[in-house]
Order: sequence, then C-alpha cells, then structure tokens
Amino acid sequence: MNQAKDNKAAERYRAGVMKYADMGYWEPDYEPADTDILALFRITPQDGVDPIEAAAAVAGESSTATWTVVWTDRLTACERYRAKCYRVDPVPGSDSEHFAYIAYDLDLFEPGSIANLTASIIGNVFGFKPLKALRLEDMRIPVGYVKTFEGPPTGIVVERERLDKFGRPLLGATTKPKLGLSGKNYGRVVYEALLGGLDFTKDDENINSQPFMHWRDRFLCVMEAVNRAQAATGEVKGHYLNVTAATMEDMYERAEFAKELGSNIIMIDLVIGYTAIQSMASWSRKNDMILHLHRAGHGTYTRQKTHGISFRVISKWMRLAGVDHIHAGTVVGKLEGDPASVQGFYNVLRETKNEVDLSRGIFFEQDWASMNAVMPVASGGIHAGQMHQLLHYLGEDVVLQFGGGTIGHPMGIAAGATANRVALEAMVLARNEGKDIWNEGPDILKNAAKHCKPLEAALDTWGEITFDYTSTDTLDFVPTATPS
Amino acid sequence: MDADAIDLNSIYQDSDIESAIALLDEELVGLAPVKSRVSEIASLLVVEKLRNQVGLQAQPPSLHMSFTGNPGTGKTTVALRMADILKKLDYVRKGHLVACTRDDLVGEFIGHTAPKTREMIKKAMGGVLFIDEAYFLYRPENERDYGKEAIEILLQAMEDHRDDFVVILAGYEKEMDKFFGANPGMASRVAHHIDFPDYDDKELVQIADRMLVTMQYQLTDGAKEALSEYISLRRQRPNFSNARSIRNALDRCRLRQAKRLFDGRKESITRDDLAMIKEEDLRASRVFSGGVDQNEGNQK
Amino acid sequence: MRITQGTFSFLPDLTREQIAAQVSYCLDKDWAVGIEYTDDPHPRNLYWEMYGNPMFDIKDAEGVMIEVDRAIAEHPNEYIKINAFDASHGWESIRLSFIVNRPKEEPGFRLQRTEFEGRKIRYTTHSYATDAPSGNRY
Repeated sequence: MNQAKDNKAAERYRAGVMKYADMGYWEPDYEPADTDILALFRITPQDGVDPIEAAAAVAGESSTATWTVVWTDRLTACERYRAKCYRVDPVPGSDSEHFAYIAYDLDLFEPGSIANLTASIIGNVFGFKPLKALRLEDMRIPVGYVKTFEGPPTGIVVERERLDKFGRPLLGATTKPKLGLSGKNYGRVVYEALLGGLDFTKDDENINSQPFMHWRDRFLCVMEAVNRAQAATGEVKGHYLNVTAATMEDMYERAEFAKELGSNIIMIDLVIGYTAIQSMASWSRKNDMILHLHRAGHGTYTRQKTHGISFRVISKWMRLAGVDHIHAGTVVGKLEGDPASVQGFYNVLRETKNEVDLSRGIFFEQDWASMNAVMPVASGGIHAGQMHQLLHYLGEDVVLQFGGGTIGHPMGIAAGATANRVALEAMVLARNEGKDIWNEGPDILKNAAKHCKPLEAALDTWGEITFDYTSTDTLDFVPTATPS
Repeated sequence: MDADAIDLNSIYQDSDIESAIALLDEELVGLAPVKSRVSEIASLLVVEKLRNQVGLQAQPPSLHMSFTGNPGTGKTTVALRMADILKKLDYVRKGHLVACTRDDLVGEFIGHTAPKTREMIKKAMGGVLFIDEAYFLYRPENERDYGKEAIEILLQAMEDHRDDFVVILAGYEKEMDKFFGANPGMASRVAHHIDFPDYDDKELVQIADRMLVTMQYQLTDGAKEALSEYISLRRQRPNFSNARSIRNALDRCRLRQAKRLFDGRKESITRDDLAMIKEEDLRASRVFSGGVDQNEGNQK
Repeated sequence: MRITQGTFSFLPDLTREQIAAQVSYCLDKDWAVGIEYTDDPHPRNLYWEMYGNPMFDIKDAEGVMIEVDRAIAEHPNEYIKINAFDASHGWESIRLSFIVNRPKEEPGFRLQRTEFEGRKIRYTTHSYATDAPSGNRY
C-alpha cells in the first residue's frame, strides 16, 4: 500500500511539464468547505484548448502552480494549498466561454488584506497565454475571512443617525465645472446647492490640487459654504472633500485638515489602490469620518464582459476594505449599467446576507456576518424627472447625485437643488401612501410641481431625456422555474 | 331587472361573512341562540351598509355590544369572530381583538388611570376592545375609585372615534344589568346585546370530546361514563364555568394519568397507554365525593 | 426660515390624514412609532423630549394619532416629530422621521465663527431661540 503511494508521488513530482488538470487543480468531486474562498471565473480558452485544462490552469496559476513541476512542493502540505477547480459549465448562449468555479483554502490568504487577496486571485492569471480572455465574475468570502476585516468605518445606519436623515435617499451633486473654478467660486456652488436642499456636495475624482485651486483653499471655502448652509437650513450638511493625493503622507495631511475644519466626510478615488483605501478606512474609523469612494478607473476592467473583473467583485472587496459610500451605477443615467446587474451590486453592498440570485449576477451565497453596509451612490446623467424610476430600482438607502441636474437648472443652483428635493420627498410620500409610483410617477411629479416652480422648470427642461443604450455588461443565465 | 335593484345576495357573498359564521359553527358546540343573534346582527350591518349607500341613513349604526352570560360560555370566541365580521363588512379597519379587564384599565393612584385606559384604547384602534367583567369598572361603594375615570375616558373615545373601534362589554347578566343601570351613558351607546346560555350536559360532553381530540387523548368506556356523571355533578357545585371547567377537569385527568403511569413504571407501557385516560383518572376527583377539586375554587 | 430636518420638510405641512397614512406605512412594517418634541432644534440635538415611549403593539394609525393630537395640543408652538423605530437585526434604529408640527415663527440659527491659526475657522451653529430659557422660546 505505502509502496504504491510512494511510487505515485514520485511519478507526480518527476521533473517536467504536465497538465494542470493532472497536477490536482481539477477536482470535480471536491466539496467546497465553508471556510474556502470561492471564485467564479468566466474563461475563454484559446482555440483548441480544453476548457477543463484552462480552468485548472487558472486554479493553478492563482495558487501554488508554476509552469513546471517543482520538487519543493513535497516540502509543503501542497495538497491543501492547491486551488481546486470543482466545476466547469458552458456559459449559456456562448460556444467559447465557460464558467469555472474554483475553491481556495483559507490558509492561502493573509488576514484583513485586500492586497494579498487580490494578488492571489488576480495577480498572475489574467495574462496567461492559453486563455484569450478571463473575467472574475463573483467571489464567496467565508465568514472566517470576512471577520478579519473591519469593514466600512461608519455604515449606513450610523451615517443616517449622524446626519439625522431617515426614510429617503440622500441627495448630492458634484461641483461643476469639475476643473477651473477658484476656491471662492467653488464654495459658491457648494453653498447654493446645499442651501437649496441637497444633503451633500462632492469634489470630482480629479479635483485634487491644481494650479487653479490649491487643496487647502478649496477645503477652507467649502467648509464656510457647508456651515453657512447648515445654519440657514437647520439641517446637517456635508461635502465630500477629496483627499486623493500622490502619497499616503499627503492624504493623511489633507484628511487631518478636513477634520480640523469640522468636515463630516472625506473622499478618495479607487485609483489610490487597495492598500491606501484600507489605510484611509482605518483613519476614518479613528476620526469619526464618513469615507466616500469614487470608483475612478474601474471602467477599464469592469465593463467588458469577457475580460477583467465584474463590479460585483469590486463591491465585495470595497465592503471588506471599508468604505462608506461607493459609486455603483444608476440604471437610468448616462453611464454603463444593466438594471439587474446594478441591483446585484446594490445588494452586495447593502444586504446582511446575499442569497444566490443568478438573475442579478449573484452566484454565491454570501454571509456578511453583520459587517456594516455600504451606501451606494448613483451618479451620472440623472434628473428629477426620473425620481420614480430611481426610487423603484435603487430603494432608499442610496445617495442620488444630480450634478448637471442641479447646477444646470434654468433658475439657478439652489432652485435645481430644491427641485430634486421636492421631487424626492413627494415620491417617498406617495410610495409610503401605497401609490404605484412606477406608473403614477410622472403624475406625482406634476402634482408636486404645482407648489414648486423649480420642479416645474426642471421637468420642462429634462422631462424627456433618457440614455437608452444597450449595456455591454449583461448577465448570462438560464432562468429556472422556482417552486411557487 | 330594475336598474336600481340592489343585489343583496351578491353583497352578502362578497363580504365573505359566511366564512366567519361557518367558522363560529365549527369552533363552538351548540349555542344556537347566540349564533342566530350573530347572524341577525351581521344581516343588520349588511343592510345598514346598503341603506347608507343609497342615502337612506347618514348616521353610521352604533356597533358597541354587550355579551352576557356565565364564564366559559364562549363569549371571547364569539367576540373574535364578531371582530372578523366587522372587518369583513368594513366597519373596522383591522379586525383584531384586544381583551382586557379592570386591571388593564384602572390605575392605583392619581394620574395612573388615564394613560392605562388610553393605552388599551390605542391598541384597540381599528379593531375591537373586549372588556371582560366590565361591571368591575364601576364601584359605587368607593367614591374615590378610579374606575369611574376609566369609564369616562372610554365614553369620550367611543364618541371621538366612532369609526375607529368597537367596544364589547362582557360579564354575568345580572351584574351587567346593574352596571348599565348605573351608567346610562354607556347603556345608550350599546346597541346590541347577546345572551350566552349555559351549555347543557350533552353539549359539554361534546366539548370534552373535541378537546380530547386536539390534545390527542382517548377515554375508555368506563371513563366516558364517569365524565358524564362528573359533568352533571360539577354543574351543581360552586364556581362552575361551563367549557372552562371541562378544560380544567381534563387537565387534572392528565395529571392523574401521568402519575398512574409513573407509579406503575416497572411494567413496560405502550403508545395506547400514553393516550388512554381510564375511569379511575376521573373518579379520583373530589367532585365525586361532594367537593370541588383544588384550584377550581379561586378561578374566575 | 423653515427648518428642513425630517423626511418631508420640503413639502407643504402634512395634513392629519397624510400623517396618518405615513404612520400606517410604519405600522405595516412593524416599526414602533414614537413622538418627540423640542424647543431646541439644533441640527445636532440628538435627544428631543420623548412624548411618551415609542408605541408598541398598535395595529391602526388612529392609535398613534390619538397621541399625535395630544402632543400638538400640549406643545402647539414647538417642533414635534414622529420617529419610526425598526428593531430588525442589521438596522435597529430609526427608519422614518418627519416633522408634524412647528412653531409659528422660526427664527433659525446664527453662524458663529472663531478664527484661529492661519485662515482656519471653527464654526458654531447657535439657535436664536435658545437665548431664552426653555419654555419661553417660541
């Protein structure tokens, strides 16, 4: 018996090249453990490459394997460290693509490190030659690993308690034009928008510290505007001060300044990197700060459906890394976003537990173990006339950002803000009264406009505008009958 | 058919009160006079509704009721069904029942009563407030009794919230008569009276049978005979409370059965033994020796 | 000025019927409804006075409206709001909060600036009403 086992091992680790599937990265009988990290890849093998071998190669390259057999494996508990591809399904409606399910042992990962998690899962494999394209569609993070992250510093509930705003989406706007305003002019836009009824205003992703406006000047002017608006309305107001900068030292300096001036929220861009995001999350937790993340750059890898990373995976990573806000799509606005996929992202960010929901792109059950929820932000080409659709698709725990829809209002910025706020409150009131807002929405808005000139003007200006293009990132699944 | 003709039958059927009345039949043995009163009131409410629709009467009908009868005669069960019927006819919005007694309404010191009474009224909004032994609210022998305050608040609420809730006052017939005599304000607001007669012996046996089925017990032939005897004897003793006394008697039988099985535990027992109540389990009751069983005396 | 705290402050003041409809919405979701009032509406005043405890086990909005009517009758010239509490796991906080009564005159707030090093300013929001003692503010 033992002799036979030894012979088999010697054969397996003989120097040379062998198939990944034969090296142990393909285990169709493997039952994933509750503690495993699971990943679902969409693989497009090169012509002539067996999908199972390609899937096993992804498992191998994202865990212990290298292109050839190494004897040093035998100094380790390598069976355990090997990622195991346990299922390969053809993608419905496609000849060349397959869904590959891969399980990773928890010991492969450093606790509480998105950098380490991503270095493993997406570190090497995306350039692997036998594949034409590769996309990370979804992940299941086991509770044991979830618990090694602190998650969002504030969370939706505490954010609402701090702002004293309940029962409706929050309203925001990005200061426009995004480039060129002096600090004083910039603060004017902030003041008008907050005074008119918005809860938040926002720096854009590329507002940092440029020749036309030094960051300190922006912070000083914005905080004057925020506080003036707060006193004028008796309502808590905020502005996402973007602290994105070249180095961590610079970012800490900017964040400290925001805190010193009494800001309740700061902002970072996704491009600063996972480690910097986790650092700013820690800082925010220590300083009672809400942390807003602008997903700058994500479109480079999330949009194409055969290659890159789905935004639902980015959403999971960012919930773990610990941001309070994240831009996650609008469904009805100007930016990419298939309605069902976007709702899937929102569920990932907001629910305590995600059930498998192929119709929204959720492939795995995910227990968030009471980790704080992330408030999704809907921003880009939305206006007051879509309020019923926005509330219907996105629910009430979301920040609706009407940049152009506020600042471009014919009666001025404050009027634009008022139009959005009135439209929102009227829609929530009607929904709570049991009205069918999906169908009666336009009438509800028209009625609300009777006592609000700015809303009337907004509906006249943008009422008919829609962005109806086909999404590139759509879902592939076969609807199955569910027992009713 | 005349264009103005009203299809009473279809309105009756749409309201689905038949199912509530059928449920009453199913839940309660006998009580024929009560059931027919309930049907009468339901019909009246349907007709009132129609009259209102065609503009024959602007005033909504008074809905408050009094249920009189001895304990254990099904007053609470009928009140539950009545709440259901009122909901089905849109006389109340939710159709739940909030049952209370004096202790829930009346406080022990100044300022205590109003919030307590209001609390119960708030909970009853949209449904039925069922006040058991309502006459205890009124204690003429004590001038400073807070019960009077509770009655006043109740009357005010019945006035201010006519469309929002229905009050059912329940208790022994004689005492209720006295109560209404002393509180004309209350008497004038109560439009419907239902009297609940005591169950006869045969009905009580039927009730016992139903209880045994739900509890999953069976009686031996001897036990059946003993039960009949028990019922006719128990009726003559103090604190007899109809169905409730039967429930108590059966509960005590279960205790005696358990003790009997336990004492004889050296023999192996079967599933049937666990389900079977024997004659001796009943005959051990003090009712057969001219008394009343323990705890039977101090229950309402 | 008009304080715009609460979910529906940008709409015309809600009628009794509209308030009751919102309360119904909350009760249908099994939230406990509480009433709070204050004469110090500072945006960061977390604790208004409770007009009784949040109400549990109420089935119909009229049950809550009994207390709303009383609160308004007792504090006609103060801010009164309705809070709906959701006890479900993962939330355990307020779900809806809106003003149902406000003083006839709302003097609002003064923004107090304290300059310190460089061009930095520390801001304090000061309610004009709180210059008078509690009870004499509106």
